[in-house]
Amino acid sequence: MTHFLSQTRSLRRLTFYFAAIALVCLAFADIDIGTRSPGHELWLMVKGLVTPRIDDPRQWLDAVAYSLTFSLQGVMLAAGFGFVFSVFYHLAWVHILAACLRSVHEVFWALIFIQVFGISTLAGVLAIALPFAGTLAKVYGEQLEEIDSTAARALHPDGRAGVSHFFYTRLPQALHAMRNYTAYRMECAIRSSVVLGFIGLPTLGFHLETALRTGDYSAASALLLTLLALVYSLRFWFRAKLLWLLVPAAFLAKPITAQWNTANLAQFLRDCVPAPLREDWSLQKTQSWLLWLGEQIASGVWNTALLAQIVLVLTGVFALLGSTLNSSHFVGGWTRRAGDGLLLVLRSLPEYLLNFVGLIVLGPSMLPAIVAMTLHNGAIIGHLLGRHSDELEPAVIPSGPLGRFAYYYVPTLYQRFLAYCFYRWEIIIRETAMLGVLGIPTLGFYIDSAFEFLRFDVALILIGVSAGMTLSADAISRRLRHRFLETGQPSAFETQIRLSPSAAQTP
Amino acid sequence: MAVLLELQECRLTYPNETKNAADKLALAIDHLTIRKGDRIALLGRSGAGKSTLLRHIREQLADRASWCPQQASLVPQLKAFHNIFSGGLERHSGFVNLRNLLLPSPRFRAEIGELADRLGIADLLWTKAGELSGGQQQRVAIARALFQQKSVLLADEPVSALDRLQGHKVLELLASRHSTSVIALHNAQLALKVCNRVIGLKDRKILFDCPADQLDTEVIERLYQ
Repeated sequence: MTHFLSQTRSLRRLTFYFAAIALVCLAFADIDIGTRSPGHELWLMVKGLVTPRIDDPRQWLDAVAYSLTFSLQGVMLAAGFGFVFSVFYHLAWVHILAACLRSVHEVFWALIFIQVFGISTLAGVLAIALPFAGTLAKVYGEQLEEIDSTAARALHPDGRAGVSHFFYTRLPQALHAMRNYTAYRMECAIRSSVVLGFIGLPTLGFHLETALRTGDYSAASALLLTLLALVYSLRFWFRAKLLWLLVPAAFLAKPITAQWNTANLAQFLRDCVPAPLREDWSLQKTQSWLLWLGEQIASGVWNTALLAQIVLVLTGVFALLGSTLNSSHFVGGWTRRAGDGLLLVLRSLPEYLLNFVGLIVLGPSMLPAIVAMTLHNGAIIGHLLGRHSDELEPAVIPSGPLGRFAYYYVPTLYQRFLAYCFYRWEIIIRETAMLGVLGIPTLGFYIDSAFEFLRFDVALILIGVSAGMTLSADAISRRLRHRFLETGQPSAFETQIRLSPSAAQTP
Repeated sequence: MAVLLELQECRLTYPNETKNAADKLALAIDHLTIRKGDRIALLGRSGAGKSTLLRHIREQLADRASWCPQQASLVPQLKAFHNIFSGGLERHSGFVNLRNLLLPSPRFRAEIGELADRLGIADLLWTKAGELSGGQQQRVAIARALFQQKSVLLADEPVSALDRLQGHKVLELLASRHSTSVIALHNAQLALKVCNRVIGLKDRKILFDCPADQLDTEVIERLYQ
């Protein structure tokens, strides 16, 4: 028998390397607990959580309205652009454009647009619409590619499609999946709009940040529960028939406005030119600028990669264990509903918010970010994996839950589990870079401080670097999936995600 | 009669599954002429090359022929009406097509309603194709082929899921609406009733090609031995 390390294409070896890298990263990571009594702060939070309080109902209502209109307008614009892109997704430049749009996090887009359009609805809506358009283009494109083309070929020998043919033979087959995924994207958009509040836009997140910072946990609890209620209620009102009313209503209620100013824009564009070129610096000064920039890039990339690798592996562990909460092989009835409910609540909480709370409890280090991203991403994968396990036959050899987990559940699901993790990798890198905005020295930290000092040239270069990291994670993940995983794995991970868990469980 | 298509020294192949091996021979034709007004039945065991020949003729005729494939190949999510209408997409502008997708116009309702009446699927027009039975789907596919309104019909086992009486009526309808038809069939009796020329395929070549009234059952039986 050969040892697994000397086998080629061994999933064990692949897992071993990933885990080993994560362990090494953990040795370099800063994971101290910085507060003196984390338990006490946590206790105050729990007390606040069970005593929610809305002080100013009008302000609250306004924040809810902004959160909803930002996300609705953003998703609708993104769906429109994403749809047009998806039709031409086979063209290389559309492919690349979509990848670039989604490789930059909403928060970074918002930081840019706030500079150009001020704190305005346009900045918020664009920040959601652009990256979402990139994601939707990819997912719609893959959904359109997966359809059965025999109907198209029945009308034309080569399946050549004009616009009419597209609408009659191709689109109807993909429409259902596209609608499902758009609904899930709306859930993401509500999360994103809340996160954008933390950087100044007038959504729920804006008041949530104030409440958390001042330790007013009862007010924070009300806002948090509002967020959960908004996400949960989506399945009732985010429907095609209602959208004909809701979308125009959203654009009327909070029309898209901007503090538009040509001089301002011109100044911004000028500032985006790298300083040495713009101000014609001497070589010596340029050299020290480059060194300074290089240090930021090196430190940002190192910390981003470090943190993302730890999170990736922990996410996997949490997802495997957590998926049992939503699997018919381990739980049933009310236990399962409660377990899946927990996963869905964790999925609904944006990692930014979890990280923010973690910083208050645990103090500044990488630990809150690790916990936040592990919980959020692990819950997403765990929910999907558990649901998928329902399709498996019950284990033939009866055994206890632990034996069943180790000898049946994990081995049969492992391919799919790895596929999910690899798909999520790109997103974890993107999020890790972004969470630097909260103070850990990943790329986001340097990007945020560049914006603070109005060094837009540096900010854009660093955003470019973070986009490059996301794109390369995507490329590596695609190669690994291709090399190690059997074909027939879900080609679009995102397509598996649905808004309503009940829809998937009814046969 | 005017010649529609002439095939000479034609070797039809399909790709070999093992890599880099030569393509496999599906059908070799020395000479075959299709004239306007022909109603040709293609007979032969499955695998004899009927579908291959039809596909080849379809490639040659390109846009001049309407096509009725063996599997109904409908869009399951679309109503039967729209599936039938999709046969005529090329005759109308994109705007008309898209409008008809959202708001079916009275004109097309009438045109397609008439076709559906003849095929006995009038009350199924507003059902999604995916919810229809195999025989119903096949009739929708036939209506779609008829709605292409071309002068030549190429059909691959178009009535395989219908009973004998229905099959006969539908075949007559198909043949009467096209000046020339080439139809692959497995039912020889039906072929003799509807068609005026029969081509028998066996062992990857044409075994016989003669008018329907000169054919005796013995020759046909040789095909299936």
